[in-house]
Amino acid sequence: MNQLRRDFLTHSTLGLGSAALGSLLPASSGAAVPSIPSTPPRAKRVIYLFQSGGPSHLDLYDYKPLLQDQFGEDLPDSVRGGQRLTGFTKNQKSLPITPTKFRFQQCGQNGSWVNTELLPGIGSVADQICFIRSMHTEAINHDPARTFLQTGAQLAGRPSMGAWLSYGLGSETEDLPAFMVLNSYGSCKRTPQPVSGRLWGSGFLPSQYQGVKLQSVGDPVLFVSNPPGISRQSQRQSLDALGRMNQLKAEQAGDPEIEARIQQYEMAFQMQASVPELTDISDEPESTFQLYGEDAKTRGTYAANCLIARRMAERGVRFIQLYHVGWDHHQNIPRDLPLMCGDVDKASAGLLIDLKQRGLLEDTLVIWGGEFGRTTFSQGKLTREVYGRDHHGRVFSIWMAGGGIKPGSYGSSDDFGYSVAENGVHVHDLQATILHLLGIDHTRLTYRFQGRDFRLTDVHGQVVDPILSC
Amino acid sequence: MYFQRFIFAHLVLLSALSAAGGDIDFNRDIRPILSDKCYQCHGPDGRAREADLRIDRRQDALAVITPGDPESSELFLRVNHEDPDQRMPPDQSPKKLKPREIAKLRQWIAEGANFTGHWAYQPISKPALPAVSNPDWVQNEIDLFILHRLEQSGLKPSPPADGRTLLRRLTLDLTGLPPTLQQYESFAKSPDLETMIDRLMSSPRYGEHMAWRWLDAARYADSDGYESDPLRNMWPWRDWVVEAFNRHLPYDQFIIEQLAGDQLKSPSVRQVLATGFNRNHRLNNEGGVDPDEWLVEYVCDRAETTATVFMGLTWQCARCHDHKFDPITTKEYYQLFSFFHQLPEIGNGRGSNNAPPMIEVSDLPHLEEFAAVVDQLQPLTQQLEAIANSDEFKEAYHAWQKSLETDDVARKKLPGELGKKEINKWDQKLTEQAQAHFLRNIYELAAGLRSQMRPLEKLQSQLKATGAKVMVMGDRDERRKTFILKRGAFDQPGDEVTADTPAFLPPMDPSLPKNRLGLARWLVRPDHPLTARVAVNRTWERFFGTGLVKTPEDFGSQGELPSHPQLLDYLARWLIESGWDLQALQKLILSSATYQQSSRVTPELITVDPENRLLARGARYRLPAPVIRDQALAASGLLVEQIGGPAVKPYQPAGLWKEIIKGRVEYKRDKNEKLYRRSLYTLWRRAVKPPLMSLLDANGRDTCAVDLKQTNTPLQALLLLNDETFVEHARGLATRMMREGGTDDEARICRGLALLLGRQPHGNELAILSEELQQQRSYFQAHPDAVDAFLAVGDSPVDASLEAVELAATTSVARVLLNLDETLTRE
Repeated sequence: MNQLRRDFLTHSTLGLGSAALGSLLPASSGAAVPSIPSTPPRAKRVIYLFQSGGPSHLDLYDYKPLLQDQFGEDLPDSVRGGQRLTGFTKNQKSLPITPTKFRFQQCGQNGSWVNTELLPGIGSVADQICFIRSMHTEAINHDPARTFLQTGAQLAGRPSMGAWLSYGLGSETEDLPAFMVLNSYGSCKRTPQPVSGRLWGSGFLPSQYQGVKLQSVGDPVLFVSNPPGISRQSQRQSLDALGRMNQLKAEQAGDPEIEARIQQYEMAFQMQASVPELTDISDEPESTFQLYGEDAKTRGTYAANCLIARRMAERGVRFIQLYHVGWDHHQNIPRDLPLMCGDVDKASAGLLIDLKQRGLLEDTLVIWGGEFGRTTFSQGKLTREVYGRDHHGRVFSIWMAGGGIKPGSYGSSDDFGYSVAENGVHVHDLQATILHLLGIDHTRLTYRFQGRDFRLTDVHGQVVDPILSC
Repeated sequence: MYFQRFIFAHLVLLSALSAAGGDIDFNRDIRPILSDKCYQCHGPDGRAREADLRIDRRQDALAVITPGDPESSELFLRVNHEDPDQRMPPDQSPKKLKPREIAKLRQWIAEGANFTGHWAYQPISKPALPAVSNPDWVQNEIDLFILHRLEQSGLKPSPPADGRTLLRRLTLDLTGLPPTLQQYESFAKSPDLETMIDRLMSSPRYGEHMAWRWLDAARYADSDGYESDPLRNMWPWRDWVVEAFNRHLPYDQFIIEQLAGDQLKSPSVRQVLATGFNRNHRLNNEGGVDPDEWLVEYVCDRAETTATVFMGLTWQCARCHDHKFDPITTKEYYQLFSFFHQLPEIGNGRGSNNAPPMIEVSDLPHLEEFAAVVDQLQPLTQQLEAIANSDEFKEAYHAWQKSLETDDVARKKLPGELGKKEINKWDQKLTEQAQAHFLRNIYELAAGLRSQMRPLEKLQSQLKATGAKVMVMGDRDERRKTFILKRGAFDQPGDEVTADTPAFLPPMDPSLPKNRLGLARWLVRPDHPLTARVAVNRTWERFFGTGLVKTPEDFGSQGELPSHPQLLDYLARWLIESGWDLQALQKLILSSATYQQSSRVTPELITVDPENRLLARGARYRLPAPVIRDQALAASGLLVEQIGGPAVKPYQPAGLWKEIIKGRVEYKRDKNEKLYRRSLYTLWRRAVKPPLMSLLDANGRDTCAVDLKQTNTPLQALLLLNDETFVEHARGLATRMMREGGTDDEARICRGLALLLGRQPHGNELAILSEELQQQRSYFQAHPDAVDAFLAVGDSPVDASLEAVELAATTSVARVLLNLDETLTRE
């Protein structure tokens, strides 16, 4: 057995993962234990701030001053190279170059270019961040592109990254799931692209590894509250009776699975206390809300989810996945983009500052980005004040910060922000890098399904060494 | 620690397995090593091949093997090399050979390096019945194979399960519902197993239960599955499946009708409906998608699903390159693809409008009547059309139209737009409407025909309202060309291919058409090595939790070897010779002593055979998701046993859809009976699966799934303890305990156990549950508000004749009963 698993098993015999593992192994059709060698982990957990819909790299992080002079000119065929477009723009007569209307500034000592008109907060913490301006993906539609980023394949059916990590690393906490999901809808409500539950599914991995979504209405974790009228003490009494009955059964039937079930019910009872404690932010001082913004007081907002993400990080949740929905700006970026940036700027920056001041940033990897970027040319009519952009996967920008990441910039796009100019980072490279930071060789975290050893990175992926801190 | 014990036990078992033979058996000992560790670079896939060496076929492997002489065989020297640069597999590969594996390879070469074909592709053998030393235990042939293997391993079978446990096991296995108290009582009086099996198999609940796993395999759902995930109408196909099991449709027909019912000679509407099987895949309706790209995905899905479900092949691995482990070429991938590539479909999904080809059907009970009405109307409609084309009609119409020009009162009475617009403003479309109106309501010479048609049309529209428009298969007139797609990409066509079956399996009979019907008939030819074995394995798994082949999705060289290869072949042959009678096969299995063993786990058995692959005991495993809910429904007395129809929306926590679905649609749950239908009818929206189902490991229905997942998590405990569904069902059970169980605590508790599990309390149980009842009673007496709140859970009315505190306390006890390991487990 490998070191990671062994540590995990001996150190948390009551951990969520281990108890479930004990019951899982005999029945599992997959490889019983992943053979992952332990490289020293740089991060213990991930907070993935997924900006769903495809934020425009050209209007946020990828500064292209030369485009200003080419306003409205047709994108040269040589730039596009005959590559395919989506059904939205494939029949459009011209592809007019669309410079951003927003102001960019160099931020921090690293001098990273950021749209500080819309993202002043993120600009102010730029020195914590590594901006990657050479991400690329093959997908051009939302659902396949999101599925690709999160599961390594465009078609549904594979486990998501969080499921892979909770399978590979188990849990750091006995009271909360290892993989949790938070969802928020942005102020731009024109294109609320839904995020499917299978994005945090476990695919062919056993379902215990699937993400547990924190609801924004009702029970934060499904069914975590007692039924109406049942007090914690009354629940405890019933559970005691249940436990004693099951113990009798265990003696009679001899099946070790029954012991595992007794344990799961005890853990459920623990979670009934730990989940409300996690989501109850009444103990947060006012300074917290100065950091994250007043929105953080409203359940279900992006800012509140960032705050909960920090609380999860403190409590040992392994993979914390946020989705903020509403970045699909085909029609009017000058109108829609400020709305979305207004939702996320302060809270994203606040989260980094907060993690840092609590000493958590050094072992928490934070990722900010969407499923693809947007086109250099305008979709539909172009004016200086009104323009939209179509989906674009050939190059886009994301950023990473925290555990094991060297702040700065990596990779670049061409002068048109259309293709990768240097140091391209493919989706599988990003995934390989994330696993590497958590101490996992991405080629060795495998699960056998239908006769094949599957990986998050399929048969691809290179760790992006230059962005790692020494 | 349990885990370590497991590892140890596993090693013991493995060595027991391999020691059983003595000599090296290529399929058992060598192929798994070569396949897993070597074929990636030296296997069937030509493009990934290194050093131009393949070792999956003997004639090629002889380049590196000298039979009989390991020390001069390059293969052995390289896997055994001390220098990491020379050693195979290469140092950087995650694949490593264990010393034991190297020793096996050595022995194999020393014994002559014989290759035998992969077991699953060989003809089904005719195994002789093995001899056993304890024939008294044997009920039928199955037991001979099982006992033979047990005796070889030095194990004894377990004693039979007691009658009550056996009845519960049978009833849950066959119907997905627990026995009723009456059934327990009558079975105790006359424990006639065969009668009981027949009775259960003729219950409508049988087909409902059998259907579930087939819906998993057929990736059936009620929504399209991408982006906004619009709802669709495929439920008549689901009902077809239920009905097919209930009328015991032979398995060969089951295959033929689902793959190619439309291509049968004069197919019935039922047979065309069956082909909805291959339209259940997801459809992408996202804005801006390329229909050509998605059309390819759908066809891939059909080919892959068909290969997995009927043949246990991992067809998808050959889409971009030749299969790395099994002899499936990319060309063959697209040859199978071509069978399913002929639909006049479009690449976009259309939600509840579905996508062509489609047929309109009534619900299943009215299907014949509906088809008959359609048939009767057809000639009449033709006659009416003939009238409409006649000169007399045209003249009469013109005269009528002219009369309207001067008769405004009459014109204004015309329906719809016709009545609103003056005649000189009628366009082509309105004129056609007017002609139709005249023909169908006024024209004298059509009056006789109309009076014949009207009642039929009325009936037709009534029947139509009971059904839906369903996607089915149907080929275009002109054959669509199929090309090999380079690297699987829709826009990278290579060589053209035509429909055909793979070369490693028996060829299609030349008399068969190269269409889906030919393919289906090829699948059920008696010498097909896979179809019957896969079907037997799936059937076996239903009753033992694990198949004879543990990997139902993969019968290829990376799949697991069968635990009882001869039994698998014996049953496969038996199934074919029975005329593909699945119910007879099930009955054979259920009548075996093997099936009827007690599932009690002893320390010896858990050590020697923790996974129970040798079957020295009955299977014991947690019930599948739908059965857990349906069992609670049945115990509560709330279950509505109505078969078929559109999906229903039972309880689900508020807000789930709203957070996921575009336009923030809310889940509007149903009321009354629809809350209490079996889980089979619960609406399955792919983007937001019913949480009860996904938490309890139900397959997601996004893609074909033939395996069964089992986990044990705290989230399941939260669901079963706290969900409205189970709290309400606990109240239902408590109501019955109080009404039927008399007045004292112990009698009520006994009644609860009897209703749910068909047994009396034993040991300390009565004391534990009485104490629980007493404690809960004190709690509710002290908290009157809690009583009201607790009893208000769920829509079903509270029985006002029962004392509220007492009902609340008893509901607490019933809640414990519904959560018992024994309740949640099939023993």
